[in-house]
This record gives sequence, C-alpha cells and structure tokens, in this order.
Amino acid sequence: MARACLEFEKPFAKFEEQIRQLERDQRSRNVDHSAEIRSIRHSLVAMIRNTYDALTPWEIVQVARHPDRPQTADYVAAFVKDFKELHGDRLFRDDQAVICGFGRIGGEKVAIVGHQKGRDTREKVACFFGCAHPEGYRKALRVMRLAEKFGLPVVTFIDTQGAYPGIGAEERGIADSIAVNLREMALLKVPIVGTVIGEGASGGYLGIGIADRLLMLQYAYCSVITPEGCAAILWRTAEKAPDAAEALHLTAAHLEACGVVDEIVPEPLGAAHRSPREMATTLERRIGRRLRELKRIPTDELLQQRYQKLRCVGVVVEADKH
Amino acid sequence: MAINGRTKKKDIPEGLWLRCPGCEEMVFRKRVEENLHVCPECAYHFRVGARQRVAMLVDTDSFEEYLPNLMSPDPLGFGDRKSYIERLADAQRQTNLYDAAVVGRAYIRGRPVVLGAMDANFIMGSMGSVVGEKITAAIERATELGLPLVICCASGGARMMEGILSLAQMAKTSAALARFDQAGGLYIAVMTHPTTAGVLASFGSLGDIILAEPGAMIGFTGPRVIRQTMKQDLPEGFQTAEFMFEHGFVDRIVARRDLRSEIASLVDYCD
Ligand SMILES: [Zn+2]
Repeated sequence: MARACLEFEKPFAKFEEQIRQLERDQRSRNVDHSAEIRSIRHSLVAMIRNTYDALTPWEIVQVARHPDRPQTADYVAAFVKDFKELHGDRLFRDDQAVICGFGRIGGEKVAIVGHQKGRDTREKVACFFGCAHPEGYRKALRVMRLAEKFGLPVVTFIDTQGAYPGIGAEERGIADSIAVNLREMALLKVPIVGTVIGEGASGGYLGIGIADRLLMLQYAYCSVITPEGCAAILWRTAEKAPDAAEALHLTAAHLEACGVVDEIVPEPLGAAHRSPREMATTLERRIGRRLRELKRIPTDELLQQRYQKLRCVGVVVEADKH
Repeated sequence: MAINGRTKKKDIPEGLWLRCPGCEEMVFRKRVEENLHVCPECAYHFRVGARQRVAMLVDTDSFEEYLPNLMSPDPLGFGDRKSYIERLADAQRQTNLYDAAVVGRAYIRGRPVVLGAMDANFIMGSMGSVVGEKITAAIERATELGLPLVICCASGGARMMEGILSLAQMAKTSAALARFDQAGGLYIAVMTHPTTAGVLASFGSLGDIILAEPGAMIGFTGPRVIRQTMKQDLPEGFQTAEFMFEHGFVDRIVARRDLRSEIASLVDYCD
C-alpha cells in the first residue's frame, strides 16, 4: 500500500523508487548494484535528516497529523500485553474517541487512557476524529478512579485537536467534564505518566493531560488551540495557520523549556510513521523507566510534586509602581 | 481558546442615553448605572468591569486586594495583526487594570470571603499567566484562611497570546481548587457574560454552588465553530445561562441586584 506523502517528503520517494528499481534489477538480471544502492541510501538518510532538522513549526504540525502516524491503539497493540479494554461512562454511552482499559507494560500492571483518532474513514467517524464528548472524559475518569482503587499507575496517550464541537457535547457538559478531570487528576493517588503522541490541542488535550511525568514525541505538538483555530480568530483567516504555528511556540523544545513537558522522546529517522515499530520500542522503554521512577516516590510526596509542577507554570512580572 | 464570535462590545458608551441590546429602547445612562448596570425597562444585564463588580458585592471599603501589580511580560513575544504588547497596553489604558482579573479579601454583608472578579473588557477577559496566578493565589489564600471563595467569571477562555502557558493555567487553578475542596472550603462560582472555553472548563465549572446572571453567554466551544461542524442552525437560546440551567450545570440564576444577599445566605449554610 502506498504511504501517504507530505509535500516535503516527496523528494525522499524519488530516492526510494531508485533503490527499488536497482533491487529489482539485481534480482531479475543477477547483477550487483549493492555499492550504488548503499550510496543512494546514504544520500537518502542525509536528505531525510537535513529535512527533519529544518522543519518549520507548521511542518511539524503536519508530521503530528500524518495519516500513517501511530495512534494510541497502535502503541497498545505494540507493547501493552493482555489489554482489557473497558467501555462506557455509565451515564450516556461509550465514546470511542477515548480508549481506556487495563494492561501490562514491561510486566507492570497499569491503566491506559488515550485519545483515538481512527485510521480509515469508518473508524475515524466512529472515533469522532479523536475529538471526545463529555462521555469520553467521564469514562477516562471512571477508569482512572478504578486505577486509584487498585493501586495501578495510569498511562495516558494524548492525540487530539480538541473536544468535540457539537450541540450534544455542550448539552451534556463538555466543560464540566474537562474541569472535573483536571480537579480529580490533580489529586489522583497513583502515578500518571502521559505522552503527547501526536496533537495535544486545547482543553480537549488537557482533559486527560495532567501527569507526574509528561513525555512528548519529538514531532508532536502541544497548543492552547490548533494553529488554524488561532489564525481564524487572530488573523481572521485559517490560511495564516503557518504564522500561528510559529507564534504559538507549540514544538516539543518550547514545551520542555517552559516546564510543561519533562522529556522529549526522539523519533526514528523521518518520524514515527516511517518506522512505527522502532518508535513503539523507544516509547515503551521511556514509559517503563518513568513508571519505575515514580513507583519509588511515596504518595504524599508524589502529590506534592504534582501540585508544584502545575503550580509553577506561567510567566508574570510586577509592574513598576507609580 | 478565546471565543470572539457573538459577543460584541456591550460597554456603556459615553453620552446621556444608550440603546439597550435587550429591549432596543433608548435608556437614560445614569439610570442604568444606578441600577447596577441593569436595564430598568427589560432587566438586560450590561457587562460590568472587575472593579465595578467588586464594588457592588462587597461591604464598603472592605476589599483588600492581592497582587494588584501583576502583569504579563509577553513571554512568547507574540504578534498577530497586532503585537501582544500593544494589545496589553491598549487594554490597560481602557480598563485601568494590569490584567483581566482582580482578587482579594473582602466582607460581603459582614461575612469574610476571598473574592475574585474577571473583566471581559480586558482582551475578552482571557486567561493568561497573570489571571491564572491571581486566581490560584486567591484559592490558596482562601485555603489557608479557611474562608469561602467567590469567583465572578467573565472570560472568552484561555489567552492565545501566551500559548501553552495559558492552557496550563486551567490545570493550575483546578489543582488549587482540588486542595481547597479537600480542605472543606466553600466555593461559589458566579458565571457572568460571557463565561466560555478554558475558564468554563476549569474553575468556572468547579463551584460547589454555581450561580449565573440571567442571559449570560455560557459555553465551551464558540457557536461559529459548532455551526460549521454540525452544519445546522443552533437551537434558540443555545449556550445561555438559561440553557445551562435547564441542562443541570447551574444551581440558580440570580439577578444582579440579588447576588449579594444570595451569596451571603449561601455562605451561612456552608460555614
Ligand atoms: Zn432594556
């Protein structure tokens, strides 16, 4: 199946096609192109590396949204053993924009909560493209409370453009559901390890976004609002999204610098979608390490640290007194 | 994210008369002001600034302000069609405030409380680091002092010009409220026009008791965005105080003139 291709990835495809042709030729005519193939591979690697080193914030947003980028369900399939999905908020319905359940990561029993965007059209529609309704946040809270009751750490995967913008979401209290999660997660008596795997935008991200350790994949982004949403309001046209992406400081490096993100998880050459398996292996290792680290911290201390971490974010100054 | 669709400027313009958006009548400005900025003809609730809000709620001269000089240094160097620095300077000039919230200690009909009020005229009442810090400090003081907390919300949501720092204020204020709640404190949230987006999805919705002024716009996502997604017209009265009341997210809709006595008697039940 042809891989979806971003504009700046197109030059890679040309090299890849050359390599494929040489390999085919080798097989059919029994000749040796290995030196040439190696040299093209080298150029390809250099080109991918140079391209990714120079990505603009708006291009990073495109990578974070890449159609082939691994989603929560892919990471669960890759490294969560014996996953037992738990469904429904016990109030209204099961929101498939949020996946919840029990599972094991590196032998450790955990509760999983993550946004799910869906891969094909049918799945995307069923998942509301990863935009959760109140019932999604309430299901997440129900499962986090279960985790607290049975002493399981919570592992979250963040990947959303925001909560679902709809009449039903408003009628059922989307703001209430997010606010309650913020309050309850602040005092949840088990460790929380979160990872922004793709998009972390708006209150919809934050509704499952509080963590003792927040990891962020190298080409994920985190923002108060999507660049398009910001541009539509401040520039009065969504076409200014690239400018908004620049102004919002939404890349992993910025997020780490301002103290919201604790660790940037490096992605494979050319980003997660080019080597999903390698990405999953790296992420599993990093999450496992954080789980072991947090396990050693007594609960009181953990909650104290969590509060301080949330408390200290922000930049203010005293005005000169007149 | 700040909503800036439907809420047009409803400040009271200079001049002797003004047109009431509620009844479309020309009303005498002084009569509106004397009536707590409520139309004497149709009870339309005009916007009030943070200082006016404090003044109409607290006992005379009882307000002791916390952190009055806090302001934003524009941490991202943000600019769109206009720079954030300019927007801040304009808003400061228009409102005579350093940012969109005022917090402090006060007495309401003799009851000591910690009070916060937001100002919708300061960059849409949006929440950046300063608003988040002031609200959090107020919650922490209420926790230490064992006092009831009252916050009058008026906000378009998280302030885009401070990016993720603004979003983080939602988590910060909510975490402080979690501790306040655990300590047994009473928090009365008052939703005034407009209470939306990131403020509604954090401290705005976390009141033990939630009051709302009649006709206030209250909602998470902006109506324009919802209309685009749903590709249908929004129901009559969607995202108003009355709509939120009907759906179970507001305890009581309270007219402005009754707010003081309502708060005082609720405090008496919960001390
Ligand atoms: Zn009127």
